[in-house]
Amino acid sequence: MSNRVVISVENLGKVYRISHQAERPRYVALRDVIAEKFQGLIHAKNPVSGSPSSSEDFWALKEVGFEVKQGEVVGIIGRNGAGKSTLLKILSRITEPSRGRVRIKGRVASLLEVGTGFHPELTGRENIYLNGAILGMSRAEIRTKFDEIVAFAEVAKFLDAPVKHYSSGMYVRLAFAVAAHLEPEILIVDEVLAVGDAEFQKKCLGKMQDVAKGGRTVLFVSHQMAAIQNLCQTGLLLTKGRIVKTGPIEDVVKHYLAESTHLAEISFEQRKDREGTGALRFSDVTLRNGDGTPVAALNSGAPAILELHLANPGARALRSVRFAVGVQNHLGQRILTLATVYSGNDFPVLGADVTCVEIRIPRLTLAPDRYGFTLFASVNGEVADWIRHAGTFDVEAGDFYGTGQLPPEGQGCLLIEHTFSAGSPIRV
Amino acid sequence: MIPDQITLTFESSDAEFDLTLEAGRAEKHYWLDLWRYRELFLILALRDISVRYKQTEIGVVWALLQPFLNMIIMTIIFSKVAGLPSEGTAPYAIMVFAAMLPWNFFSSALASASQSMVGNANLISKVYFPRLIIPASAVVTSFADFLISFLILIGMMIWYRFAPTWHILALPLFIAVAFVAALGPGLYITALNVKYRDFRYVIPFLVQFGLYVCPVAYSSTVIHEKLVKSLGDHLGNQFFLVYSLNPMVGVIDGFRWSILGGNAPIYLPGFFLSLLVAGIFLLLGIWYFRKTEKSFADII
Repeated sequence: MSNRVVISVENLGKVYRISHQAERPRYVALRDVIAEKFQGLIHAKNPVSGSPSSSEDFWALKEVGFEVKQGEVVGIIGRNGAGKSTLLKILSRITEPSRGRVRIKGRVASLLEVGTGFHPELTGRENIYLNGAILGMSRAEIRTKFDEIVAFAEVAKFLDAPVKHYSSGMYVRLAFAVAAHLEPEILIVDEVLAVGDAEFQKKCLGKMQDVAKGGRTVLFVSHQMAAIQNLCQTGLLLTKGRIVKTGPIEDVVKHYLAESTHLAEISFEQRKDREGTGALRFSDVTLRNGDGTPVAALNSGAPAILELHLANPGARALRSVRFAVGVQNHLGQRILTLATVYSGNDFPVLGADVTCVEIRIPRLTLAPDRYGFTLFASVNGEVADWIRHAGTFDVEAGDFYGTGQLPPEGQGCLLIEHTFSAGSPIRV
Repeated sequence: MIPDQITLTFESSDAEFDLTLEAGRAEKHYWLDLWRYRELFLILALRDISVRYKQTEIGVVWALLQPFLNMIIMTIIFSKVAGLPSEGTAPYAIMVFAAMLPWNFFSSALASASQSMVGNANLISKVYFPRLIIPASAVVTSFADFLISFLILIGMMIWYRFAPTWHILALPLFIAVAFVAALGPGLYITALNVKYRDFRYVIPFLVQFGLYVCPVAYSSTVIHEKLVKSLGDHLGNQFFLVYSLNPMVGVIDGFRWSILGGNAPIYLPGFFLSLLVAGIFLLLGIWYFRKTEKSFADII
C-alpha cells in the first residue's frame, strides 16, 4: 500500500425528494404539468403546482468524508438503507452528489450488479463482449482475456448458444467471470457474492482476493462479515447516511455487530409495558446464521437461528412452558408466528439451568425488509412474559430462488418457491 | 504487490486527481469520455441490430415490406388519383421511394431514440458511461433498416431501367445531413421522455403529421410552383423558405436530387436553411440532453 490518496471524499451529501403520495410514480406526467399550469391560469391566486408540502427531502448521505489510499481494500458496511449503495453510485458516477466533493485518481470500474446489460437473445460469446464493453474494457483487452473468462465461467461448450438457454448458475458464472477479469486501478463492488452456489461464491472470493493482492484499490460492500473480514484491511461503517466508524476492519465489524445485533431500541428490562407473571422472562435475542455466527441481518433463502435468552428469577424448573415469536411488517401487521405449539416443541419441563432457547429456520422465506417481532412465553397456562414490538431485525437480499435473481424490495414480504410452465389446462 | 514507489505525502490538490465529482459541475472531459466509450457505442448498436433481426423470423422481410407497401399506396393515391406530377421524367414510384428512405429513417430514429433510455433503464442505474451513447446508438440501429430498404430502391431502379447520374455520389453527404436532422430532435425527445413518461404518446402523432407536412408523397417542386403561381416570384420564394425551415425538407430534396439526377432541381437557399435549422436543433438537443442527463439515474 502506498501513501498516495486515490479517492478523496469531502462533506459528501445526497438528497432525494420523497413524495408522500405513495401511489405517485417517480417521474412526472406531462399531462399533469400542463394541467397544473392551466389550473394556475384559472386560479391566478395560486399560480404554481397544487401541493408542494406533499414532498420531503431525504438525505441518503450526509457529511460523509474519508480518504482511500492506493492499494487499500475497504469494506463498507451498514444496515439496509444506510446509504451504502448511494455512496457507491456516486463514486461510480452513476448519480451526482448534491453536496460536497469527490476526487478520484485512476480508472474506476464498478460492479454493482452481476450481468448488467446481458441480453438473453445474444450468445455467450456476444454477451462477453457486450458486458465487457459496458464495464469499460476495450475490445482488445477482452480478446486477450477471452479464454481465461470462458475457462473461469466453465461455459466453453455453450459459448455460441443464446444465454436465454443457460441455466441460472451458468448465467451468473459467466457474468461474474467477465467482471472478475476487469483490471481497473480502482474496483467498486456491491453485494455480488449474494448470488450463485457456495462453491462458486468461494471461487469468486478467491478471485477477489487475487485482485486485492495485485495492489489495486477495492471498495467492497457485503453483508457477509466473513467475506469482508477476509478481504478488507480497513472498514467504514455507515448508519443513516453518516459515517459512524472507520479504521481496521476488525474494529469496524465488531462495532457494527455490537450496534446492530442489538435488536431492541431499549433493553427488555427497561420495558414497562410487558405483561405476565414474570415466572420466566426474556432478557435478549440474538440472530445467528446457519453456522451459528452472530449476524446483524438474516439472508433470504438462507438458514437462520433465533436465540431467545431467558432469565428464570425463581431458579426453579418450570412446567409446561410454551414460547411464541410473532413477526410484523413495517405497518405492524402480523405476518407469521413461530410457536412451540405449532412445531410440537412445547416444553413439559424446562430445567432451572436453561438460559436460552433456539429457534431454527432451515430456509428463511421473508423478503428483504425490516421486520418487528413480539415475544411471548407462558408457564403452566399462565402468561409469563409478553413483550409486544420487542425489537426489529433486518432481512437482506439472498439468492432464495437459486436463479441469481434477487427479489427486490417492495415486491411483497414472502418468498415462495415456484415454477412456471406452458401447457394446456390440467384435466382431472 | 505494487512496491511503494511514491511515499511522498503532500496536500492533495485537484491537479493530482483525474476526476472531480461535484454537484452541478460540468464535466470537463465529456467529449473525451464520449470518444473513450466509442467501442461501447458500437457494441450497443450492434446488439440492438442483431437482437432486432433475431427476434422476429421475418425481421428483414418486415423492414423491406413496410416501406415498399407504403410506397405503392402513395404512388397510387398521389400520382394516379390526385394526379400530381413527378420530378421531371422520373417514375413517380422512385420519386416517392427516394423520399421515403430518409423519412422512414428519421421517424424510426425518433421513435426508437425516445424509447431507448427507458428501455436501457437497468444499464443507466448500474453503470456509468456518457448517456449520449444510448440514443445515438438507437439512431444507428434505425440506419440498419435504412440500408436494407436501400436494396428496394436498387431493385426499383433496375425494374424501371432508371440509371443514376453522378449526383448519386453526393448521397453520403445527404445521409450525414439526415443523421444530424434525426439526432437533434431525437436527443431532445429522449430527454423529455425520461422526465415526462407520457411524452411517448405524442411521438406517433408527430410522425404521422410529419409524413404529410414533409414532401414525401409529393415533390416539393409542386409546393414551390404553387406558391410562386399564387403569390408571385418574390413572395412565393419567401414562403418556400419558410417551408424549408423544416430540416427534413432539405434532406428529402437532397436525396431526390442525388437519386433522380437532373430530374429534381434543388433550391439551394432552402437547402442551406434546412441545414442550418438541423444544426441548431442538434445543438439544442445536445444542450437539453446534457442538462437533464445527470438526473437520469435518479428518476428513471
